[in-house]
Amino acid sequence: MTRAWSRGGIYLILVAFALFYLMPIYVLTVSGMKPYKDVSIATMWNLPNSLYFGSFVEAWKRVSPNFWNSIQITVPAAVISSLIGSMNGYIFAKWRFRFSNLLFLFVLFGIFLPYQGILIPLVVSLQSIHLYGSIPGLIFVHCVFGIPITALIFRSYFIGIPTELLDASKIDGAGFFGIYRWIMFPIAMPAFAVALLWQFTSIWNDFLLGVVVLSNPNLSPVTVAVNNLAGSYFVEWNVQMAGALLAALPTIVFYLALGRLFMRGLLAGSLKG
Amino acid sequence: MSASSLKGRERDLATPLPTTRRVARWLRSDTLIAILVLTPSIIAVAVFIYAFIFWTIYSSLVLWNDVNPDYTWVGLRNFVRLLQTDRFLIDLHNILIYTVLFLVECIVVGFLLAVFLDQRIKGEAIFRTIFLLPFAVSAIVTGVAWRWLMNPDSGIDLLFRSVGLGFLHSNWFTDPNFGIAAVTIASSWQMSGYVMALYLAALRGIPGELREAAAIDGAGVIALYRYVIIPLLTPVTYTVVVIVGGIALRAFDIISSMTSSGPAFADDTPAFFMFQTTFQSNHFSQGAAIAVVMLILAAILTIPYLINISREVEG
Repeated sequence: MTRAWSRGGIYLILVAFALFYLMPIYVLTVSGMKPYKDVSIATMWNLPNSLYFGSFVEAWKRVSPNFWNSIQITVPAAVISSLIGSMNGYIFAKWRFRFSNLLFLFVLFGIFLPYQGILIPLVVSLQSIHLYGSIPGLIFVHCVFGIPITALIFRSYFIGIPTELLDASKIDGAGFFGIYRWIMFPIAMPAFAVALLWQFTSIWNDFLLGVVVLSNPNLSPVTVAVNNLAGSYFVEWNVQMAGALLAALPTIVFYLALGRLFMRGLLAGSLKG
Repeated sequence: MSASSLKGRERDLATPLPTTRRVARWLRSDTLIAILVLTPSIIAVAVFIYAFIFWTIYSSLVLWNDVNPDYTWVGLRNFVRLLQTDRFLIDLHNILIYTVLFLVECIVVGFLLAVFLDQRIKGEAIFRTIFLLPFAVSAIVTGVAWRWLMNPDSGIDLLFRSVGLGFLHSNWFTDPNFGIAAVTIASSWQMSGYVMALYLAALRGIPGELREAAAIDGAGVIALYRYVIIPLLTPVTYTVVVIVGGIALRAFDIISSMTSSGPAFADDTPAFFMFQTTFQSNHFSQGAAIAVVMLILAAILTIPYLINISREVEG
């Protein structure tokens, strides 16, 4: 009897927390679906009276150029940094040389860097190599700061691959690149999925590097555009909400579709994968 | 004499200079290729992370407080000025409260949800998906949503009123004293699911025999968690403190989109101050000094953890 009660209590708490986690998503969605004349702060929680997507259309008009910028930044940066990470992880896991563990630690410690500690030199040096203020410049920056986490993800994965597999192909005459191309790359697809998803999410959600490296608002990623909408007194708050939801949509969709990989990525990111 | 030189030559032919040969073989080896392929990444990390940190430290010790770089040495003057600035003292106070509350909320909520989900719950996958969903959302979007949910007399206040708890009405993040505490509710909304996922993975890794052994010894549920499970989860808690604490110490995005530092800097953080000082007011050395303080705070939090990781990787 007490057992049934305590199980009931557990479900009650879980449902209460589920409502708490869904509450902001609900408010973003219903506010975005209300026309301006219906959005009073007093009726924030009410369902919309009709299916109206005008606020989303209005928000899309304002954030869509930045949404495309974000795609142009995020897709190449996630792909390139995953490729770099796969090479580095392959080397750290399978080509041990003197000091290779020490070099891995040297790279790994970069994960804990607060970017504020390097922003000023970053801007100055990007200006001097003419990459400041451009999308390729920001892609480059994301690739550099992606080196630690992607090396970690791929190293953890490749360490689990038996070394006999490499030795056998070395006897068959395969070299460094041959082993990567024909053995490691094809079996690393799960690690690629984790790294790509992780990099896509964190670069899409990045605000600080985007706002510092791209000073021109026409080139800004969508996070910067949403932040500017939120600070504007001229944009209705339901349009701000609709814009925020649009900006969050790609990562929400990826998360719902690929939740398992997402989970593996965050466990790797906590150094326990 | 000739005999001895002949002998010497014979020895040379038998074992020709070992080091040269090893170097020659090494030069043709795949290990060298591996090192060459790794080198650009190592250089990038060395420059963009390590050298830049030193460059920032150097920038904080010079006179560069307008658009044009001026590397005239002024020693600790920027730090002294910083400590005389009210806004910075408020920031230090805020970031301490923010980090501690954020950590406590994430650990308590994350741990409890993980324990509950570990009880063979129907629909576990659905709950887990919902709890972790905010982690996929950016801090900017989180800030926009909670900006309106916590708007005084709207959002949550309306909910309270509708269930007769109107007295819980609050100024939320616009409160000059507790504003920063309200921000932690939004950031915990975003991060507590992540902490839940870490704890849940660790709970699943605890062997069933341990629980059974504790049950045989007559341990009740509370004793089981108090003496067996929680101590076993200590490494996870440590990881959470370092990772979530690190995120808390550099709070910037959520401050920017949710409160823009609030009334009288009630919600201001060192990261937000650093950004405005450096990139809006062009006080580069002053901004670098704030960055150095942030680096020191991050180092205090992470260095013991890094030493642990080093032992694991080396061992």
